[in-house]
Amino acid sequence: MLELQRISKSYPGVDALRAVSLAVGAGEVLGLVGENGAGKSTLIRIVSGAERPDGGRIELDGRAAAFASPADARQRGIAVIHQELSLVPQLSVRENLFLGAGWSRRGIVRRRWEEREARRLLRLLEMDIDPGARCSELSLGARQAVEIAKALALEPRLLILDEPTAALSPREARALLRQVRELARRGAAAIYISHRLEEIEAVADRVAVLRDGELVRSIDRRESAGGDDGLAPLDRDRLIETMVGRALSAEFPPRLPGAIGETRLEVRGLSAGRRVRDVSFDIRRGEVLGLAGLVGAGRTDVARMIFGAAAPDRGEVWLDGRRLELRSPRQAIRSGICLLPEDRRGEGLVLSRSARANFALPNLDRFRRWRALVDRHREGRAFSRWREQLDIRLVRAGQRVATLSGGNQQKVVIARWLERGARVVLCDEPTRGIDVGARYEIYEWIRRMAAEGKAVLLISSELEEVLSMSDRVLVMHDGRVRGEILEPANADPAGVLRTAAGIGLSEAPSVA
Amino acid sequence: MPEGVAESAAGRWRRRSLDLVGRNLSVVVLVLLCLISSAATWREQNPVTSRSGAAVARQVLEACQTPCSVLVVARDTEADRVFVQAIEQGLDTAGARIAGRVFGQPRDVRLELERIAGVGGSFDAIATHRIASEWGPVRTAGTPVFAPRSYHWPTFLTARNLLNVVNQNADIAIIALGMTLVILTAGIDLSVGSLLALAGVIAAVTAQEWFGGAAASPAGLLAAMLLGVAAAALGGLLSGTMVTAFRVPPFVATLGLMMLARGLALILAVGHQRRLVGGGAEGTPEAVRVDAAVFAWLGNGTVFGVPNPILLMLVLFVAAHLLMTRTMFGRYVYAVGGNVEAARLSGVPVTAVLLAVYCLCGAFAGLAGIVDASRFEGGRPNAGELYELQVIAAVVVGGASLAGGRGRIAGTLIGAMIIAVIQNGLNIAGVASYEQKVVFGALILAAVLLDRLQPKIASRRARMTRASTSTPVQ
Repeated sequence: MLELQRISKSYPGVDALRAVSLAVGAGEVLGLVGENGAGKSTLIRIVSGAERPDGGRIELDGRAAAFASPADARQRGIAVIHQELSLVPQLSVRENLFLGAGWSRRGIVRRRWEEREARRLLRLLEMDIDPGARCSELSLGARQAVEIAKALALEPRLLILDEPTAALSPREARALLRQVRELARRGAAAIYISHRLEEIEAVADRVAVLRDGELVRSIDRRESAGGDDGLAPLDRDRLIETMVGRALSAEFPPRLPGAIGETRLEVRGLSAGRRVRDVSFDIRRGEVLGLAGLVGAGRTDVARMIFGAAAPDRGEVWLDGRRLELRSPRQAIRSGICLLPEDRRGEGLVLSRSARANFALPNLDRFRRWRALVDRHREGRAFSRWREQLDIRLVRAGQRVATLSGGNQQKVVIARWLERGARVVLCDEPTRGIDVGARYEIYEWIRRMAAEGKAVLLISSELEEVLSMSDRVLVMHDGRVRGEILEPANADPAGVLRTAAGIGLSEAPSVA
Repeated sequence: MPEGVAESAAGRWRRRSLDLVGRNLSVVVLVLLCLISSAATWREQNPVTSRSGAAVARQVLEACQTPCSVLVVARDTEADRVFVQAIEQGLDTAGARIAGRVFGQPRDVRLELERIAGVGGSFDAIATHRIASEWGPVRTAGTPVFAPRSYHWPTFLTARNLLNVVNQNADIAIIALGMTLVILTAGIDLSVGSLLALAGVIAAVTAQEWFGGAAASPAGLLAAMLLGVAAAALGGLLSGTMVTAFRVPPFVATLGLMMLARGLALILAVGHQRRLVGGGAEGTPEAVRVDAAVFAWLGNGTVFGVPNPILLMLVLFVAAHLLMTRTMFGRYVYAVGGNVEAARLSGVPVTAVLLAVYCLCGAFAGLAGIVDASRFEGGRPNAGELYELQVIAAVVVGGASLAGGRGRIAGTLIGAMIIAVIQNGLNIAGVASYEQKVVFGALILAAVLLDRLQPKIASRRARMTRASTSTPVQ
């Protein structure tokens, strides 16, 4: 029904998709798996019309189709359930379900009919939700279910589900999976994306594995079942091997000489709601501690709490034997902690300002003259020095930071903390969206910072990166530290991924 | 720019000049407006100044031998007296005799001629200006008449008119400074007009009731004025607190303060009137008059011929410019407006910055209120109505983005001047004030539209820059 032929898409510095060809037929569920950053989300954005491919063809029912917008794709029967919720919180469940065009009778809302339909849809999902309730009052799981019901209401020909069960209870998740199968039985197609391989096993007829923007493997479980009605069991371990793949071409700089010293940062029992539960660890001088895990495992929350950007419910952070008050980033910076945020453009940089102004922002007190004036000469000298050392490529010093490439932007953020002389460096996905050349330089700087005796926390969803760069790795799953790897260089990536995915853990949601 | 970029000289010149115009669009607009206003007001000028008076004296002396006696004729105005004084000074030093002088109407000239004839006197020449030279008795007096040569020059571009234009808009410009800070943080302040009135009324009431009224010392008046400014600053701090501590949208917080401050100004004014009349008489929301003459100095005095409000405005603009470009505070304001989250994660004390910004905005409005009260020699509770909109217009026309993070103090000065010049031009051209509203409405829409289009223009420019720098790098 839907066929993708050699779809390519690249962003500045990254090839997100490289000539990916995929097809999904009526009555079929395609499971799509891959590591973070493998290109799954980009693929979905292209299929749903949110983004246009750089190359390749999309065919719908054998005819070339170019979706101009999500609304266009929706009109042709493609419905997407996003990771981010798209409900209007002030409206009721019923109003949200039938928010789009086409449900009214000549502009007049059919309340009674909507009420009935809403109940029917929610019953299908085995969700006990009052259609009259306001969405803002619902739990995250219930909202996710409403989102799914909203897509089902359209009776789509192709349903795309992107990590739909992340917020659902196991029972709700099972009902959802049944619903997807039911949809397929009635002749619709579905693309199901999940990190939870047991869900993929429960629902998918075929499985496609993406890695680094390429389709590396496609498994047809009906074929391998040998013509039986059932599906062949999935070899999850092999699937994980495929997802991780061989070593990437990117190289990592060697560890610089320098012993790991005494404890610098201690985190004790850090907890925040359901996202972070009782996380404790130490980082020593000169040590790079990796924090592996899937998106949403709570790693970013941990970093933000240490940095004072988010308040923990419980827990303590000690720096060089002194307890820190986790009140504001300003305090954390004064104590010598710095953060390279995951979302560089949204949280790291003021895009409308120059590279130099961004570099100077947390360091203005160092360039101070007469209490409040900024000594622009000292500021300029400091910036040129780091600009040279880090090889930040600018046309002119006053160039707006928005016009820089991702690698150069990250270097501006690194430069500001190098100038600051921080004691603890929290790196959250430091190489996301950065091309290979600049990546290597950023790895070198991480090494150098560690060699200077700083304590480095390296959060990364790229297994190879976190295993190659760290002296020690903690694996987080669902808000908890689930494993520690003392010799990451020799660790088995597949095992790490299993831990991160929660496979083999007692509390992992099981799907029958 | 790295080598290997192929760009023709003409192309580069075109790009650079476009860039320059794009960056300084408001300056270009202001210059254009001034040119248009000048062209539209190209009139015959008949100067009545001390310089033209001296010139007339020279003309007279060239024409007739000393000792010659001269009748001086002028109207009864301030400028005419200066003019006459210059003529007499010029004649005096050359030893000419003044036969008589007239300040007044043509009738007064006839009377003076009769008086001179009555005492048997005579004179050899009449010295006057272009206007009086047309009077009947002057033309028929039978002696040569000397007047300064008239010339053509735009009325708009005379020193007097320009000072007038700027002076009348100095209060708007001063408030616009504070508003620029607020808008840079992606906020808005609707309360400035009311704070202006409140500051003026508080200064006037305290000057009258606490600091001695007519007998108030300059120090007392200064204290009264500072009290007014402090009250307005406090008002700003209140909206700042609402915005930061309670996360009330700036629009709503300052809307509330706008009504609150206006009401307070009226209450204070009415209460004062009631106390003046005494007893239980009904008070009226009239201006609170200040009897001390020194009070009017700030609004009406001049230094070296420049009105005080203009001087105050210039000083404040320079100070604000330095504040925004040279201090940590200025950097923080831009950072908070550009990206609050990034600013916070960079250690910027976001709450303190926002509080300071709203407080400063209130203080600037209060200063404008003092200027206004001084100009009208009393605090007017109804002063500054709808000023907030004019001020926002000035800031937006000056190139600041309502989305925050983008804008300059110099731009705001230019924006305020653009609005002043258009207003002046329309006034000279005889456009009614209600018709002018249409022009200003269109102006604001155009400015905002430009603001919306800017990101597209900027991104195109960025693409051009990136394309020209992405030469193969090893």
